[in-house]
Formats: sequence, structure tokens, C-alpha cells
Amino acid sequence: MTHSARSTLIRRGAAVSVGLFLLFLAAWEWGPGLLGIPHFIVPPVSMVFKEFLRMLAVNNLLFHTAVTTAEVIAGFILGSLLGSVFGYLLGISPTAEFALSPYILALQIAPKVAFAPLFILWMGFTVYPKILVAVLIVFFPVMVNVLTAIRGIDPDLINLARSFTASRAQIFWKIEFPSSMPPLFASLRIGATLAVVGVVVGELVGGNSGLGYLLTFGEGQANTPMVFVCILLLTLIGGIAYVGVILLEHQVLHYMPARPLGGL
Amino acid sequence: MRFADPSGHGGVTAIEGVSFSIVDGEVVALIGPSGCGKSTLLNIGAGLYAPTAGHAFVDGELVQGPNAHVAFMLQKDLLLPWRTISENAMLGVEIQGRNRSECQRRARDLLNSFDLADFADHYPHQLSGGMRQRVALARTLAIDPSVLLLDEPFSAVDAQTRIVLQRDLAHTLKRAGKTALLITHDLLEAVILCDRVLVMSRRPGRIIDEIAIAIGHREDPFLRRQDGKIAGYVAHLMERLEIGPFATTAQNSLQPA
Repeated sequence: MTHSARSTLIRRGAAVSVGLFLLFLAAWEWGPGLLGIPHFIVPPVSMVFKEFLRMLAVNNLLFHTAVTTAEVIAGFILGSLLGSVFGYLLGISPTAEFALSPYILALQIAPKVAFAPLFILWMGFTVYPKILVAVLIVFFPVMVNVLTAIRGIDPDLINLARSFTASRAQIFWKIEFPSSMPPLFASLRIGATLAVVGVVVGELVGGNSGLGYLLTFGEGQANTPMVFVCILLLTLIGGIAYVGVILLEHQVLHYMPARPLGGL
Repeated sequence: MRFADPSGHGGVTAIEGVSFSIVDGEVVALIGPSGCGKSTLLNIGAGLYAPTAGHAFVDGELVQGPNAHVAFMLQKDLLLPWRTISENAMLGVEIQGRNRSECQRRARDLLNSFDLADFADHYPHQLSGGMRQRVALARTLAIDPSVLLLDEPFSAVDAQTRIVLQRDLAHTLKRAGKTALLITHDLLEAVILCDRVLVMSRRPGRIIDEIAIAIGHREDPFLRRQDGKIAGYVAHLMERLEIGPFATTAQNSLQPA
């Protein structure tokens, strides 16, 4: 794609995107009224915004958002670190993969969010069970992608390194580790959004802080706008985490052929 | 020498009773039908696999594993996408922990002689197939091996690029006085690049013929192409491989393995 074609695409795409967004806001504001949907089912956007300001003042919204954000970041980082370390270990040791794969498969099939009540029983109404659910849920896609990446490396590439008398460590650091970067980042993108899911489930199950807690609080009071505010903020946190991963990816994978719009 | 794949179903014997030697500075081609064990032979020479029976020697030393005397190059360029062209050319040097500055100079000279100097800081995806293959050749030569093992190095590039690459290879081998074993399916390539051609039979591979190419100017494949004796050598090789008008059995497949 030429530079000018690319910039035309970006300009046209951005214009359409902004137009769609305005259309969406308008539909949200006046659509429910026109269709006769009551406000306690779908509150118009202005009402949600007013609730947002009220929550900032009354419900300590910033504190709860900060708690959830911190849990998401901690869960995501720990989960992806553990996932990649296990992925590499299993990837370079077929014996370990063979021995551990039934257990890993069982854990992967088990619905991770179902562990949330258990973790709360173990650790109480603290931030730790929420982080742990996020760790568990982020762990698997990262581990599986790294493992698959290591398994999928062209054996001729390994042989090339071997013919240069490379040691096992050199093969790992010069061939296997860099080869695994693109799939690793693909899984980190998934992990960034899954971390939010894990944290919210943990907060829904128990505790008195975080956006998940406010979500159940709003539900208990039949305060639909409050629920909407929480959902929007959670989406925002997930979005920021996702964009963060993409920015990091561009730093690390700078050698990849350029994709239009940077592969968002 | 014999090589039987222990993991193969029914114990496939790839090569059997193969014995040959290459003198210093000689370039020898190895041709034969697909699956006759040519690549196996090359991998044994590179020390990647151990023969089931027999031994391989390079520079008078028993090959017991990968060693710095030998470098190989395949049909695939195997360039690492995250390394620049000069970093790719330096891969072997870096792994062997050689004197960096000296090797860096050699890698730069090699890139220069292959017209790649302007692309030293580019990434592999920015280069054409022929250029990438030249980088692979530079990487092979950068470690200054005494023996080059080339496994169909030009079979994946287009015909015109191949002619240019053949010239580059011939020049370089002659100038540096390297010994080389070239596997190819291109009979003309075998004749114009080499001093000697070894013909292998179908599996289990044995060497069934050996032809010395009595044409001068090995460093100039362009000149050799025009030599009157070329057609006779190619016809003889075709006969030995049982292909073409001399075929006595069903046509052999000569597709790359």
C-alpha cells in the first residue's frame, strides 16, 4: 500500500468512525424514548453521564476504578509471565509436556471463573482472589501460544544453529525465544481482555471494592445507570490494557512488515 | 557408510555402502532421484546425524557432531526475520563466539561482493528471494568453513536469478579455494559448477557412477555453459538416472524432495 493510499484510508476510515459514534450516541439518547423502552431498562446516555458524575462524588468511583485497574494489571502481568515461562519450559522439554499435558488440559477445560468462590474462601475479601482468577484465566492462552510457537519452529532453523555449533541455551535465546514473539503478543492481546473478565468475576463474587462490587451494588438498588457506568469503565480499562499491549508489540516486533493501521 | 532411520517405520535404510572422498578445493555435485538419501548424506557430513555404520571425516578429523569446519546452506534461506541482513550474515560467527571485529569485516566484505552492502540494515522481508539466498550464502561463508555443504541452494529461486547466483557461488568458491558438496536436481547446474559429479541410485542410496567434468573455467559458469561438451555430460547423467529418451523404466520423478 502506498503512503498516500494509506493516509486516504485512515482519513476516510476516521471520518466514518466518528460519524458512526455520533449516530450511536444519538440512538442511545433518543432511541429508547422513541421505542417506548422505560429508563430502568435502557437509560439514555445523558442519564448515564449524570450517574457517572454522581458516583464520582458520592460512591468513591475513582477509588473503585483504581482498585480494579490495579488488579487487572497485576493479574495480567503475573498470568502472562507464568504462562510464558511454562510455555517455554514445556516447549523445550517434550518429556515435561508429555507428563504434564493431562493436568494442563484438565485445568484448561475447567471453567476458570468457577474458582472465584473457592479463592475467596481461601483468601477472604481481599484483592488477592481477584488477581488469582485473572492470573489463572490469562495463563492458558499465553502458555498454549508459546508452546505452539516453540513446537512450530522450522527444524531446519534449529539444525542451522546446531551446524554452527550452537549450545542449547544459544538455540533458545537466538532462535526459539525471538521466534515465539509474534504468537506471544497475539496471546497477550487476548490475555489483556481476559484479565478484566477474571477480575470482575472475582469482584462480583465477594468483596467491597472495585467496579465489579459497584456493579452488584447498582443491581441490588435497581440502579440501571450505575450498572451502565461500571460496564463502560470496565470496557475502558480493558481497552487501555489492549492498546498498551499493542504499543509494546510495536516496540518489540518493529521488524515485521508494516500493516495498515498498525494491525489494530 | 550406512544410515538407517531408527524412528522410520519398518526401518528405512536411506543410504547403504556409500563411500567417497573429496579433495581440498574440489567442488563435487551429488545427483540422484528424490528420496535417495542425498540430504541424509549431507546431514551426516554436517554432524547433525550420526551414521548407523561407518564414519565421516572432514579435514582429517572424525565428524562427531556439528563442527566449525563445515557450514551448510539449504534451499530455504532460513534468515531470521528479526535480524537485519548484516546481523543475519553474522549469525554463525556470533554463535561460535569468534573474534567479532575480524568476522564483521569479513561479513561486510561478503555482503559487498554480493552487491548487498546497501541492504545491510534492511530486514529480510524487504529483500527479493534471490537476494535473501545470497545473504544465506554470505552467512555460510562468514564463518570461513573449509567445506561447504549445499543442499539444492538455488532450487527455490527463478531461473534468471539462479544463473546469477551460480556465477556468484562459482566465483566465490574458486577465489576462496573452498571445498564443496552440492546437491542438485539440475543436471546442467551440476555440470557447469563442479569438478566431479556423483550419481546416486534409488533408496537405499548407493553411488552408481562418478564423472569427472573435463572442462576448464570452473569459476565462470557462463563460459562453461557454451562449451560443446556440456550436452554430452548431461545426456550421460540422464541415462544414468534413467530419464529422458534413454529411459528403460517408468519415468523417474525429479521433483525437489
